[in-house]
Amino acid sequence: MSELKQIFKRGLLLIASTLFSIPAFAVREYNLPEPASTITREIYDLHMLTATVATIIMIIVTGIIVYALIKFRKSTGYQADQNFNHTWFGRWSWALVPAIVLGIDFSVAGSAVKTLGNIESHDPAAVTVKVTGSQWKWTYDYMEDGVKIVSNLNKDIPSTDDLYLRDVDNRLVLPINQRIRFLHTATDVLHAWWVPAIAYKKDSIPGYINETWTMIDKEGVYRGQCAENCGTGHAYMPIVVEAMSEANYAEWMNEQKLAMVAAVAESSADKTWPLAELMERGEKLYNTNCAGCHMPTGTGLPGVFPALKGSAVALGDLAKHNEVVLKGVAGTAMAAWASQLNDLELAAIITYERNAWGNDTGDAVQPADIKAAR
Amino acid sequence: MSEATIHDDHHDHHDHKPTGIGRWLFSTNHKDIGTMYLIFALVMLFLGGASAMVLRMELFMPGIQIVDPDTYNNLLTNHALIMVFGMVMPAGAGMANWMIPMMIGAPDMALPRLNNLSFWLLPMAGTMLILSMVVSYFPGTGTPVNTGWTLYPPLSVQSGMGMDFLIFTIHILGISSILAAINIVTTIVNMRAPGMTWFKLPLFVWSWLFTGLLLIMIMPVLAGGVTMLLFDRHFGTSFFDAAGGGDPVLFQHLFWFFGHPEVYVLLLPSIGVLGLIIPTFSRKPLFAYKPLVWFMAALTALGMVVWAHHQYTIGMSLNATTYFMIGTILISIPVGMMLMSFIFTMWRGAMTFETPMLFGIAIILMFSFAGVTGVMLAVVPADLQYHDSYFVVAHFHYALIPGSVFGLYAAVFYWLPKWTGHMYNETHGKIFFWWTTLSFNLTFFPQHFSGLAGMPRRIVDYSPQFADFNYLSSVGGMLFGLSHLLFLYIIIKTVKGGEKAPANPWEGSMIGTTGLEWTLSSPPPFHSFSTPPSVK
Amino acid sequence: MTTNETYFIPEPSRWPIISASGVFVLLFGFILFINDVGAGSMIMTAGFLMITYIFFGWFGTVIDENLKGNYGSQVSTSFRQGMFWFITSEVFFFLTFFGCLYYFRTIAIPYLGGEGQLGSSNLLWDGFTAHWPLINLPDATNYSPPKEAMGAGGIPLWNTIILLSSGATLTWAHWGLKKESKNQLVLGLIMTVVLGLIFFALQAYEYYHAYTAMGLKLTSGIYGSTFYMLTGFHGLHVTIGTIMLIVITIRSMKDHFTEENHFAFEAVAWYWHFVDVVWIGLYFFVYWL
Ligand code: HEA
Ligand code: HEA
Ligand code: HEC
Ligand code: CUA
Ligand SMILES: [Cu+2]
Repeated sequence: MSELKQIFKRGLLLIASTLFSIPAFAVREYNLPEPASTITREIYDLHMLTATVATIIMIIVTGIIVYALIKFRKSTGYQADQNFNHTWFGRWSWALVPAIVLGIDFSVAGSAVKTLGNIESHDPAAVTVKVTGSQWKWTYDYMEDGVKIVSNLNKDIPSTDDLYLRDVDNRLVLPINQRIRFLHTATDVLHAWWVPAIAYKKDSIPGYINETWTMIDKEGVYRGQCAENCGTGHAYMPIVVEAMSEANYAEWMNEQKLAMVAAVAESSADKTWPLAELMERGEKLYNTNCAGCHMPTGTGLPGVFPALKGSAVALGDLAKHNEVVLKGVAGTAMAAWASQLNDLELAAIITYERNAWGNDTGDAVQPADIKAAR
Repeated sequence: MSEATIHDDHHDHHDHKPTGIGRWLFSTNHKDIGTMYLIFALVMLFLGGASAMVLRMELFMPGIQIVDPDTYNNLLTNHALIMVFGMVMPAGAGMANWMIPMMIGAPDMALPRLNNLSFWLLPMAGTMLILSMVVSYFPGTGTPVNTGWTLYPPLSVQSGMGMDFLIFTIHILGISSILAAINIVTTIVNMRAPGMTWFKLPLFVWSWLFTGLLLIMIMPVLAGGVTMLLFDRHFGTSFFDAAGGGDPVLFQHLFWFFGHPEVYVLLLPSIGVLGLIIPTFSRKPLFAYKPLVWFMAALTALGMVVWAHHQYTIGMSLNATTYFMIGTILISIPVGMMLMSFIFTMWRGAMTFETPMLFGIAIILMFSFAGVTGVMLAVVPADLQYHDSYFVVAHFHYALIPGSVFGLYAAVFYWLPKWTGHMYNETHGKIFFWWTTLSFNLTFFPQHFSGLAGMPRRIVDYSPQFADFNYLSSVGGMLFGLSHLLFLYIIIKTVKGGEKAPANPWEGSMIGTTGLEWTLSSPPPFHSFSTPPSVK
Repeated sequence: MTTNETYFIPEPSRWPIISASGVFVLLFGFILFINDVGAGSMIMTAGFLMITYIFFGWFGTVIDENLKGNYGSQVSTSFRQGMFWFITSEVFFFLTFFGCLYYFRTIAIPYLGGEGQLGSSNLLWDGFTAHWPLINLPDATNYSPPKEAMGAGGIPLWNTIILLSSGATLTWAHWGLKKESKNQLVLGLIMTVVLGLIFFALQAYEYYHAYTAMGLKLTSGIYGSTFYMLTGFHGLHVTIGTIMLIVITIRSMKDHFTEENHFAFEAVAWYWHFVDVVWIGLYFFVYWL
């Protein structure tokens, strides 16, 4: 009995403490974020207009009802006016009310049509970025410069931090005051790229390309999330955009190009890589690219994603392993990685998979092997 | 007519009641089938509600609380499907079954055996739905159904075997709805008592006529869409795969060609109910009844051609987008007319505030709110920000819960005396009303703000910046859930006993309407009208 | 609505609940079957047998009741209206597939080929050009593209002629019924059934030819997918329609129909004409255009 009481007391305490601790997060945001691009600013104004119209309509409707509730109650002795339906209002309201509503409708639609025209305009842009959604990461291709960035969730942030699920390893960097054109597509299922402050959303559809555009007018870091259900990791696909001045952007772009050239040179260098070095690189790459599904421990998610630890593929024939990773498995979440990673990276990952978590094949897969398997 | 009840025992052989379990399993009686529909809906309310409670518990605070992402999305899918197809639609059909033959003076539904078939398909579909969830726990069956109720490919092509069960769940539900709709429409057109002309029909009957027509037109389209999905999954077709010349977006068109009219399927029966309740408790005939019927027809037609407002983000041409936007905004006209009709029925009426009326007033207010946020969503550029965020979740729960579920609650209170022969306890009813209304608003009002602040829907976990609104929403959700235990208690108590209800328990229910339901005893005789009554 | 006779309310019946269970068993088996699980095909067969049994039982009961004269004119109107709404729902079912065909041809494929307002989708499909019928797929890795497309001459043309004449023979039979000429009625029905069977046989041959000689399969990309979906569901309806025609032919021989009371005949006739009209749409949109 006393034990029961104890449990009951503790339960109450627990409930009380959560009740009081959680509201300690102050309400920070309750409206669309401060717009930081020309087009989102226009949308923001439209949003404020429609929200105001909505509020006014609600005030009118509520006003009429409250007045009626006070005035026309039986308990105050009010007699129902059975002739009300035959007054001029009763006879003409069916035309009057729709006419008023139509007026409001058209004024709302009118301002929307203008903004819509701007959204769908196809003026030439200075920077074109192809944004590709995959389960569960974003790939950015700078079409003019040939630079590519893969952006994954930053998993190191605790769930109490404001940046939890809102931070990535590699940001998308963009210049301000330049028209930027986004091409949206996906490799596997639907996604949607959405950064409320600077870019409205359009779906990423596998096999098709959608366009949006923006012109950012303030430097800063802008955050968003994937906004179309893409399965298990849908909550784990944040977006971070860093907008910088044109000069800084140009400098950043140069660094990226140099780094890219170096990586290509490294990958195609005629060199035999030692196991230890491949494992080291492989672990990092595995954790960013594959651990989302196959788990950092290689155990997968039973019934959904196969374990690689002890898997027949990872322990068996290398050719088969290469093929699965390069070409993917059609009709499943396992994507083809051939176009996403270079020879060295793939060699490292596969080596890692064949030697980590007690998979002891001892194979040190070389970039040349991958090249041959492509 | 009351003769039949007085001489109940020594009446002709038409009036004997079948007994035992067979009365229910093999029933051809519209009231018994209606009762089964209603019980089924109540059970589903608790099932769908229980999954919503799990969702809200998971979203109580940031971090993974109790379910993994796939289970979350699976529960989400089932929550929506159970509530929409398992709860609201059967409850509406149950009420149609119970009330329409009595209102129009028919002996029963037009096709009684078919009626029973439409009902019994529902438990079969329910079983199939539960199987779709259970099957994913067997090894080798792939991912659970984690798509949400919209089942968009390619994700739904990727999901495991549960998806096949879900596809056939939808097929069975579709057959059930089509058969029920055929039956109801036929009943309304063919079974009216002599003199019950079109413009004497109670609004509820009209609302079901249009609902039935909508169902006949849209359910086959959904069935076609999921059939194509099945073929893509198993037979190598490429409807939704660009590599073979298909397009994933096509499924969205099919789904929403069904889905948008579907929201009016959910809404209209409740509007019909309001068209009875508001006049009753205002003691004044329905304002602008005839125009209202015509605007309902307009809503039905307009509702069929605006579906793509759910897909503004798919990249349609500018012309198509503009057309869908304007069409959608125009829907405010017929719906606004309906609400105006109700408001001016109250105007200069002599109102009293029994539970059904309280719900009626609250519905007008809260559904208007859902409507104006709907119009905000209809504005394309703004929707490119709102879409797939919690703002949408808030909009549609305001539309679905006041717009249809509360309408059904109001109807339950309004008709319980007729169905059971007992009055419910008015105090309990009022407590239930205030409890649900307040906790409902606490649950869903904050979601507008988390949505605007950038929280996407269908996520299992979120950043602490959205925590406060989600916390409020979860607390509200739990309170709202608990209120349903009171609802259950009231129903059980009223079925079991209570003050005897007269044939017509509501003072104003006969003013300005010619529905025949109140001329029958409470509860009505087993066969409502063996010989057609005539209406002057 | 104006009659004063008593409306016939059937006694409690076990058919509905058995039908619902039959549907469940059939579909449950089918799901297991397509997923290669255990006894799928057997469960499916059981469900199928249940449903067949029900069709005989339920319709048998209805025929009995009708012959006993239980049904007044109002009941018969209910049946007619029910059938009308059922066919309406079928119309929307077919409209779905026609709508899809339209969508692929005028929206999806041109987009893939680089047309349309956005036009950039072609970036993903190097070298793909939009052309209907779609022989060259954007990416044929998982599909087997057809060698050629269906023409409008030959079998489809014959089939059009056959179905149209079957509509005529059916109407001729209906005249027979109205004239109370049993010979004309039965002969007309038999001709209709035979024409239906010929149609079916030709269609089967066409499928065989398409699969073997033309390489046109369900897996041939969107052309094959839409072709088989549309013609396949139509074929299914022809099959059902033919079975129903056979039933009413037998019933006509047994003198079940009178000039005033022949709902079943009318229902089947409507259904058959509906199937006819769908075919004309098919011939026009699938084979010809
Ligand atoms: C009962 C259900 C119901 C009802 C009645 C409605 C009614 C409406 N809905 Fe809603 N809606 C849903 C259920 C419903 N909806 C659901 C379930 C979804 C999400 C589905 C999903 O994605 O899972 C959704 C989503 C949804 C979207 C897509 C959002 C997105 O995903 O981006 C849009 C966009 O246009 C929309 C618009 C509307 C409009 C314009 C109405 C109109 O019918 C409203 C008309 C009513 C009024 C306008 C109020 C009364 C009028 C007046 C008081 C007169 C004056 C008013 C004006 C001048 C404005 N709805
Ligand atoms: C008629 C339809 C209907 C109804 C009535 C409801 C009712 C509720 N819904 Fe539902 N909902 C939808 C239709 C509906 N919903 C749809 C279509 C979606 C979109 C799905 C998708 O995205 O695919 C959705 C999505 C949805 C989400 C979004 C999740 C996400 O996007 O990640 C949430 C989150 O809060 C939610 C919550 C609730 C709650 C708290 C209720 C409450 O009203 C439920 C209250 C009822 C009960 C709770 C009764 C049961 C009572 C008990 C079991 C007693 C025990 C009580 C306790 C344990 C407290 N719903
Ligand atoms: C989006 C989820 C996802 C990601 C990310 C992912 N995989 Fe997979 N992987 C899968 C799925 C699902 C399968 C199972 C496919 C099947 O059913 O055969 C799989 C299968 C495999 C297999 C075969 C295992 C076996 O025993 O059958 C290997 C090897 C593999 N993946 C390696 C990788 C590598 C290497 C990476 C990263 C570069 C990676 N995967 C990233 C989902 C993923
Ligand atoms: Cu990607 Cu959600
Ligand atoms: Cu809609």
